[in-house]
Amino acid sequence: MSAHLQVSGLEVTVSGEHGERIRIVDDVNFEANKGEVLALIGESGSGKTTIALALMAYARRGCTISAGQIRIGDTSVLELSREQLFGFRGNRVSYVSQSAAAAFNPSKSIMDQVIETAMLHKLSSKSAARSKAIELFSSLALPNPETIGNHYPHQVSGGQLQRLMAAMALISDPDVVILDEPTTALDVTTQIEVLRAFKKVVRNRGTTAIYVSHDLSVVAQMADKIVVLKNGTVREAGETMQVLDAPSDEYTQALMAAAKPSLRVESLKKPDSETEAALLELRDVSAGFGRVDADGMPKFTILHDVNLTVERGTTLGIIGESGCGKSTLARTIAGLHPAAAGSICLDGVPLATHLSKRTRDQLRRVQIVFQNADTALNPAHTVEQVVGRPLVFYKGISADETHKRVAELLAQVKLPVDIATRRCAELSGGQKQRINLARALAAEPDIILCDEVTSALDTVVGAAILDLIAELRRELDVAFIFISHDISAVRSVCDDILVLYSGRTVEFGKRENFAAGPGHPYTDLLVSSVPELRQGWLEETSARTILRPVDNAVDVDEICAFVDRCPVRLDGICDTKRPPRLIHANGNEVLCHLPQAES
Amino acid sequence: MNRVRGAGLVGLVLVIAWGLIALFGPMLAPYEVGAIVAPDVFERMGGAHLLGSDYLGRDVLSRLLNGARFTVGLSFGAALLASSSGAALALFSAISVRWVDETVSRLMDALISIPGKILALVIVAAFGSSMVLLLLIAAVSYMPGAFRIARSLAVNLNQMEYVQVARVRGEGRVHIAIFEILPNMIHPLLADFGLRFVFVVLLLSGLSFLGLGVQPPDADLGSLVRENISGLAEVAPAIIAPALAIATLTIGVNLLIDSLASGGRSVTDEA
Repeated sequence: MSAHLQVSGLEVTVSGEHGERIRIVDDVNFEANKGEVLALIGESGSGKTTIALALMAYARRGCTISAGQIRIGDTSVLELSREQLFGFRGNRVSYVSQSAAAAFNPSKSIMDQVIETAMLHKLSSKSAARSKAIELFSSLALPNPETIGNHYPHQVSGGQLQRLMAAMALISDPDVVILDEPTTALDVTTQIEVLRAFKKVVRNRGTTAIYVSHDLSVVAQMADKIVVLKNGTVREAGETMQVLDAPSDEYTQALMAAAKPSLRVESLKKPDSETEAALLELRDVSAGFGRVDADGMPKFTILHDVNLTVERGTTLGIIGESGCGKSTLARTIAGLHPAAAGSICLDGVPLATHLSKRTRDQLRRVQIVFQNADTALNPAHTVEQVVGRPLVFYKGISADETHKRVAELLAQVKLPVDIATRRCAELSGGQKQRINLARALAAEPDIILCDEVTSALDTVVGAAILDLIAELRRELDVAFIFISHDISAVRSVCDDILVLYSGRTVEFGKRENFAAGPGHPYTDLLVSSVPELRQGWLEETSARTILRPVDNAVDVDEICAFVDRCPVRLDGICDTKRPPRLIHANGNEVLCHLPQAES
Repeated sequence: MNRVRGAGLVGLVLVIAWGLIALFGPMLAPYEVGAIVAPDVFERMGGAHLLGSDYLGRDVLSRLLNGARFTVGLSFGAALLASSSGAALALFSAISVRWVDETVSRLMDALISIPGKILALVIVAAFGSSMVLLLLIAAVSYMPGAFRIARSLAVNLNQMEYVQVARVRGEGRVHIAIFEILPNMIHPLLADFGLRFVFVVLLLSGLSFLGLGVQPPDADLGSLVRENISGLAEVAPAIIAPALAIATLTIGVNLLIDSLASGGRSVTDEA
């Protein structure tokens, strides 16, 4: 019997600068049986989304599907006419994109959008479609399946929206559903729930799915077959088990190596002397947005009494989900977002909250590296201008010396010297991030704040940046604050780790301690939510119990902030009292009511 | 400029042609600009007078070649003044504290609410017409528009992370404005400058047509249309030629800007 979905000799081209055709997908072949999940994996630019879109006979602007055959069931997709495609797309093949938030129309209710496909293709009556949607909502483990459809997209969370988009795709009972990086924009704790819901619904309905992702660990949970892509060609294809256990291709091996957590820093640096003041010390720092009240506190508090110390030459990791205040913390330290309360000391000397009141030398000693190198480097400047500016600004050295020093710095971040004359806009993402680091190093700072420096990069490129940071740490006497949502990245380069949850430090301690037993329930949740690079992990990880929401009348500042998500909370204590800061047996400071044995 | 193709190329040719005419027109003119050389008024095209003769029997081609200088030169000057002062004020406003920004912006809003042509009429009526005054009037009327566009660009760029990096480094406001923000708004500003140029050409031509613009014995393209208005019934080339001249100049600039603007946009996309 021939496969349900068959792609052979697929070729997609774009027209180049001078009208020539450039192949971006070249001779791609794969097939999937009914009910199978096939994963397309590769880094950005590998052609994985282009291939996924080609399954709907769709090519993005400027692209042409120039050769090959795609067969779904007994339909030859590429031979369909315009009118036939109208009935085919969304009906027999449907698509779930990376950003559900951008895919939903904010001015229509969710239900209207979910059943729109069914209405458009006249598949069923409105009421039948509605009841089917509700059935899908409940099988996707969405809360209140009966009523969630009446909400508008901005009223539900990102993870819920992603599942609602899956419901939208599945409403027409498609032969093939394409999931294009559906969990990449989500936090790990949300990702695991969405993955579980996707897996269940795909299995139960026997849908054939194409799962597009760059994350091998996620793919290991979802897929039956894996196709590894690079530069538009298939590098390796096979059963998931076989690809994971015995990758034959060099590139697959590199991907596996980048996905495996590794320790990049071996030994802890000891502070030179016990009496010396810490390099950076934050005491009860609070910050927020909005109107400031009589006590000097803003209306919306983002950071609540954060304390931290960074010793010279060590690295502190700050981890938490999106919205927990980790970027605000970096901006507060840098002086971009003035703290409302508390003190920030550099070498024992208090820093002004706003950067305009700091001395030039204080500014030099604290450098910040932003997440997105695309916007952090001025596209109008050359690399030499970008890296050379701090040298001229802080040291006022001559043009000749600047030129020499820029070359040294480029070598330090492992870039060729001839890149200096190029404009930043012409560089790749990884190169930009290295320039970004080189600029920070040019100031010869004492501490560098790295805000999510690897999250916008491909796995392999991101791993190389982590290696670079680890190496810079060994060679230079620079301290880092490494902010990330990725716990394995934080673990691989940091000495101390601080876990931030809704602007509060819930756990703080040495890296080794985090491996030495349970800590704060949130940390445990975070750690257990990171997918492991093996099949069956998703099934083994216990499903989360749905928790009763906490009475909203209680002032959240007076109780534990994590209470409504905590799997081990004690009713009557956690939802009535503010948690104490305890030292656990593993040596960490933990903000929790629970004695350690129970957590 | 290697992206200029098709319609953009037509625009480029027209703009270069008008630029050359403005520079060298008087040297190319076959007759004295004020001399009555034709035996008849409103002569047809061809023969001794390529574009015929005007209402006094002067050579239209010579008058056109001389008049282009005023239209192109004055408009260029006024547009340059409007765009550069608008952009400078916008940068100043964007990097200043909130209340300065608000004050400057509201002042510009007030200025933009005064119709340019009426303002020009009032000023010319009060002070009489002179080249310098015309230039200033045109510049002042179109400066608030340039300010608005430049300010919105500058405010957006001011939020970019590279500007924040510069701020964390301790750079002064002037450095941030000139080295970090300005280079990234040059493309859209150039496109805007072209638009302003077209507006000014039309404003000045309109004023001249009403008799309030460039005064005799000098004549810009708008004045040429006005003084030959009585030839309209005869379809005299004396009125059609300067009207066509204004049209080709403005259309040429517009075509060029359109092709540059899309090229410019792709540059910002890469950024």
